[in-house]
Amino acid sequence: MIVPWGETRLVQGNEAVALGAVAAGIGFFAGYPITPSTEIAELLAQYMPLLDKKWIQMEDEIASVSALIGGRLAGSKSMTATSGPGFSLMQEGLGYACMTEVPIVVVNVMRGGPSTGLPTQAAQGDVMQARWGTHGDHPVIALAPCNVKECFELTIRAFNLSEIFRTPVILLPDEIIGHMRERVLFPLEEDVDIVPMPVPDVPVEWYEHYHESTSNVSPMASFGSGYRYHVTGLTHDVHGFPTRKENEVIAKMDRLKHKITRRLDELEDVQMHDVEESSVVIFAYGSVYRSALAAQAILKKKRKTVGIFRPVTLWPFPDRTVKEMLDSKDVVLVPELNQGQMIHEVERMTRDSVRVVPLHRIDGYEITPEEIVDAVMEVI
Amino acid sequence: MSPTIPYEYKYLRAKKRFPHVWCPGCGIGIVMGSIIRAVDAMGWDKDDIVMVSGIGCTSRMPVYVDFNTLHTTHGRGLAFGTGVKMANPELNVMAVMGDGDSLAIGGNHIIHAARRNIDITAIIVNNNNYGMTGGQFSPTTPPGAKTSTTPYGMIEPGFDVCKLMDGAGASFVARGTVYHVTELDNMILKAFRKKGFSVVEALAPCPTNFGRANRLGGPVEMMQLLKDNTINLSQLKALKSDQTEGKIVRGIFVDRDSISYGDRYAALCEKARKAAEAKK
Repeated sequence: MIVPWGETRLVQGNEAVALGAVAAGIGFFAGYPITPSTEIAELLAQYMPLLDKKWIQMEDEIASVSALIGGRLAGSKSMTATSGPGFSLMQEGLGYACMTEVPIVVVNVMRGGPSTGLPTQAAQGDVMQARWGTHGDHPVIALAPCNVKECFELTIRAFNLSEIFRTPVILLPDEIIGHMRERVLFPLEEDVDIVPMPVPDVPVEWYEHYHESTSNVSPMASFGSGYRYHVTGLTHDVHGFPTRKENEVIAKMDRLKHKITRRLDELEDVQMHDVEESSVVIFAYGSVYRSALAAQAILKKKRKTVGIFRPVTLWPFPDRTVKEMLDSKDVVLVPELNQGQMIHEVERMTRDSVRVVPLHRIDGYEITPEEIVDAVMEVI
Repeated sequence: MSPTIPYEYKYLRAKKRFPHVWCPGCGIGIVMGSIIRAVDAMGWDKDDIVMVSGIGCTSRMPVYVDFNTLHTTHGRGLAFGTGVKMANPELNVMAVMGDGDSLAIGGNHIIHAARRNIDITAIIVNNNNYGMTGGQFSPTTPPGAKTSTTPYGMIEPGFDVCKLMDGAGASFVARGTVYHVTELDNMILKAFRKKGFSVVEALAPCPTNFGRANRLGGPVEMMQLLKDNTINLSQLKALKSDQTEGKIVRGIFVDRDSISYGDRYAALCEKARKAAEAKK
């Protein structure tokens, strides 16, 4: 047994991702070594042969993400793990997976950038790359864990969402989360929901690879299952064949967009603490959320109340909830391990009367609770 | 009397996807015919065949054949194919690629696919230039040749595909042409039969781009060139050096038995499980 169901263990964030992948039923891993994500590949190289699952180290990250898509088309749940520079190389394959609607999971343990940057240190500099890294309009789902337990849980959720929405899902732990060790009480196996790979049940001659169902997501047949179909990154019709017909092109692009925008409720995942009663709110995600919680406790002792708004699902951005909760506040503080990325989304969803205050840290270290406390005291 | 429908039709998406995109005189359709005849000789079920490709003229081939077909991003056909083969080793995976697709942007993938000896057949249609984008030079454009990006002549040396694949570790390496069709049929059939990574390079004319830029004549003249400028490996010893100079050699250059990646991976799983059981 690889996953310690129902037991308490001291595990690392990256280790929890690997265990989450096994729990979710990973059948194929293809990757390329890169700090600070390598433990995920290393541990899966240990686990997967024992489970008769397929693991391969490819020649680069482009090959890795390409192999993943092939693996999922041939009927295996597929995942890779990388970091900033490798994530950049994977944008080609991510776009292809979006366009061809192949579910895969890509873990990007975020380190300092741009370029080789700070390989061993933390950052949240890839949140916009996760959203807009590949070319063209495309749907994106991205999740950001804040602790080791969530690394396990959100990896499973990433697999589940990718199957439900037939699209790649990106897991975005920062290096602090990937490399920290915490005590984790693993759930019982029967308490964890695993979404199986959906399979079509229509007769072969009726199968449409991109069937227009109400949810814009139809079950995807695997190669070798008797449903022969064509897959291409060219804009295609419901059967997967290239098209330039106006109505078919628009239908395809709408389908990609609507399958996310029409089901935002299933994707939205936010945590709020004392937001309603506070005029000052800290908007934080990933490791920074932990510092925000600690800062909130310190401020409580000083008899200052601040709220915390934390998106767990970063993309799609929780537009409506942010607007509802933050639009009436005096100040929203946005601490980030970058020079200001998600802050623009917060600004987009709040009135001009709301002061949106940035707090950056870009030297590879964590934003401390004290830094947040100081920033709050300045604006309060 | 009704006309006889060739058996090749049963492997085509004949009603839906034609006419094809290839220019008059293009060699890619001939390679597609060879592939289909070899598939038929193998007796494979269409459901169990996966044809992957990258981007380019040759890479449009998967649209026309009634297999599981995967038209990917530029150069990545073999990387996608590696995932397919790993996830379901029962599938018969082939990759069809042009010279630019497989050797320039996909150069890294093809040498590693050969090194790993993954059980895929790669069929490279070499027409010496990028046809889809209008005839730019590729890694197999001959020295001195004119293309739209070598208006003063090609100054880079080209790859010898077969030597490259031999050096990288492929189990089977052959070169044919679209003029010598029965020979090509046979090479592709042997490549399909081979366990491990097999490569067939098929020399083909591109009259629209390469032929016109280099004043090589039309489709017929370019076919004649494939006949005149190549010799079979078996003829090589019998001929004098002045008869063979400048000729491209056709034939099977590598045919060796080495364990495929899939078989090695299966053995690894077995070993890992036994070691884990022994620990208990």
